[in-house]
Amino acid sequence: MSRLAVPKTYKLYIGGAFPRSESGRTYEVVSASGAFLANAAKASRKDARDAVVAARAAVAGWGGATAYNRGQVLYRIAELLEGRRAQFVAEIEEAEGVTRAVASAQVDEAIDRWVWYAGWADKFAQVAGNANPVAGPYFNISVPEPTGVVAVIVPQDSSLLGFVSTVAPALVAGNAVVAVASERFPLSAISLAEVLATSDVPKGVVNVLTGSPAEIAPWLASHADVNALDLVGAGDLDWISLEIEAADTLKRVLRPEQGPDAAAPALGRISAFTETKTVWHTKSLR
Amino acid sequence: MSFLEYAPAPESRAILSLRDRYGLFIDGEFVDGRGTPFQTISPATEEHIATIANANEADVADAVAAARRAYDRTWSKMSGRDRGKYLFRIARLVQERSRELAVAESLDNGKPIKESRDVDVPLVAAWFFYYAGWADKLDHAGLGADPRALGVAAQVIPWNFPLLMLAWKIAPALAAGNTVVLKPAETTPLTALIFAEILQQADLPPGVVNIITGAGDTGAALVAHEGVDKVAFTGSTAVGRAIAKQVAGTDKKVTLELGGKAANIVFDDAPIDQAIEGIVNGIFFNQGHVCCAGSRLLVQENIHDEVVERLKLRLSTLRLGDPLDKNTDIGAINSREQLERIHELSEIGVAEGADRWSAPCDIPENGFWYAPTIFTNVQTSSRIARDEIFGPVLSVLTFRTPAEAIAKANNTPYGLSAGIWTDKGSRILAVADQLRAGVIWANTFNRFDPSSPFGGYKESGYGREGGRHGLAAYLKPASSVGGRAGAQRRLETGGAAASAVGEAASEKPARRARRTPKPTKKGAAK
Repeated sequence: MSRLAVPKTYKLYIGGAFPRSESGRTYEVVSASGAFLANAAKASRKDARDAVVAARAAVAGWGGATAYNRGQVLYRIAELLEGRRAQFVAEIEEAEGVTRAVASAQVDEAIDRWVWYAGWADKFAQVAGNANPVAGPYFNISVPEPTGVVAVIVPQDSSLLGFVSTVAPALVAGNAVVAVASERFPLSAISLAEVLATSDVPKGVVNVLTGSPAEIAPWLASHADVNALDLVGAGDLDWISLEIEAADTLKRVLRPEQGPDAAAPALGRISAFTETKTVWHTKSLR
Repeated sequence: MSFLEYAPAPESRAILSLRDRYGLFIDGEFVDGRGTPFQTISPATEEHIATIANANEADVADAVAAARRAYDRTWSKMSGRDRGKYLFRIARLVQERSRELAVAESLDNGKPIKESRDVDVPLVAAWFFYYAGWADKLDHAGLGADPRALGVAAQVIPWNFPLLMLAWKIAPALAAGNTVVLKPAETTPLTALIFAEILQQADLPPGVVNIITGAGDTGAALVAHEGVDKVAFTGSTAVGRAIAKQVAGTDKKVTLELGGKAANIVFDDAPIDQAIEGIVNGIFFNQGHVCCAGSRLLVQENIHDEVVERLKLRLSTLRLGDPLDKNTDIGAINSREQLERIHELSEIGVAEGADRWSAPCDIPENGFWYAPTIFTNVQTSSRIARDEIFGPVLSVLTFRTPAEAIAKANNTPYGLSAGIWTDKGSRILAVADQLRAGVIWANTFNRFDPSSPFGGYKESGYGREGGRHGLAAYLKPASSVGGRAGAQRRLETGGAAASAVGEAASEKPARRARRTPKPTKKGAAK
């Protein structure tokens, strides 16, 4: 008799813990062929608000860490992902109904992209900032700083790569993230949260919500303690209304992107969630 | 027992598993050298550590050929992403073997274990980490899209920060896509050879990094080799000058990090406790074997006596002795040769009328040692105010106005670094503007970071290491057809040349004949 498997309960990831939705709701996640895979937590407005609170609390520590430290912590995540490669490949094969080769390619690209972004942590300020030759006896320098809490509606058509492509760049500059996973393919996002939980990323820096983006996104778009909104995966939602909601508190907004090049690696995905700070200082021999 | 007497706290050497003999690291393997092998010793005890192979001209040629093969067949064809992964692996292996590397460094170099453990080795890992991330981001290096590697880099490094200087050289070179032949200093080859083992563990393709040991003539042969596209040297200005002459008229790109005689300027409103610590760190860190050491203290006249008094008090608490003891502040002078130079310049200082004071400390019987020393009443014309001593010797001069401080600070052929101590931010920035030096530290000293460019003005060399600038030193724009000849061609043909470059790229301009003999000076002192 073959051994009976022990299935995993997929929950939310908020403030470094794995709670169920406070609403007690779940929804069925099915494979490409329609078979039952798991019940994912269906996050509520309260869960979204809890996630924002956790993210806000994490901003000071994460944004205040040295860029070198952030870079190393992010690189470590790639190392851990590599170790769980087989798990992610199996999860994607099942969920997306793709071949092992296609699933492997997605995982490999996700890991390599994470490494690419990790490397930017102690470099993007050198590319995005500058010394300004102002006409006067002043030292003048512009440097990017994290904007704060970034809410991300991740690409909906991918299990892992879309999530990585949007969450990693938001973390590079020192933001904390509330990510709404793909509704259809949420399991890899939660497995990635397990990686984050066992890495050196402080609790609350990344928070993962599963459920209905159509339900959760408006609460995040209108939340006054969210600084930026990445709508890259919100193409099928009423994203213009979300952008209008976000305008109430003048959130920085990235618009939906569709297709295979959605959320392609770009320096712009890092700088979109930064504020440029310019410092003047007098120069005088006296 | 006074509060200054600590029980010995030696770091164990048991972590080391050294070989008795080390070969040259060429094409991924250790091979015998064809020169006469030499000994590397502990400068603290003069005990033999290991026998080191000596590369002659034929070995140099083998190493350059291996680097060329690796460049042509492997490294230049590899994606930046994969080059980066190798560098990340190296960074991690350095972190994992950090204790071992620190012990080896202190043993071979004589620097205190607290420095090799807390400064040198962590910075080595940081350097590889930083440049690992650049390998797949070269489009952002500042040279336009798709910049190219230079080819084979010949790198010659000094003995004062053996492994750190290796990292400063190798990390950006590999990130940019070059292959490397590196020659460590004759007196400090040990950690470079352990590093070669790390490269094997990282499975770096053979020939991408070759490490050849030897003395000055090995370095000269390497720099002079026809197959080299880039020369990076850290060491004395005399050798740097010879290298600049030697490569003149060739297509080789050069960066030079040479000597220094840094001014450390202390204004009367400086936070005095921090300033004293900064002065001590500035000149007595690593026994003063630091190219950017704050060897000229320029102190405002009205606080001169107080500063000197407090310096003497502080220096009296420094602990000189066993480099492997965790409480040691001042380790051994790296070599007998260097010790003699320090003695010689010190005697000249006395003969020229300066007042010498040395901290009272017991000098061990064996090994090379020099007590922390201060000269006061130093004239700007004195040799100890002009020459790089490269030892734990501080020359104190005074000034009255900021303008005088700036004039005195700049009164040197060197221009590597400078320090400014004052509570006034506006004065820091105004003085910094007028100092002719490549690195200015304000209310701190001897800070290093892989993201921060380092290098000198004037006869302290040219080119920068660290940051984007340090990466650009190993790259050329996509449109370049190589060196100065290429630049000349572009000038002659105007903007239209850029479009024709694709075809022109393969025909490399013929090298011109060399005009000067190769340098023969020995000993690289940074």
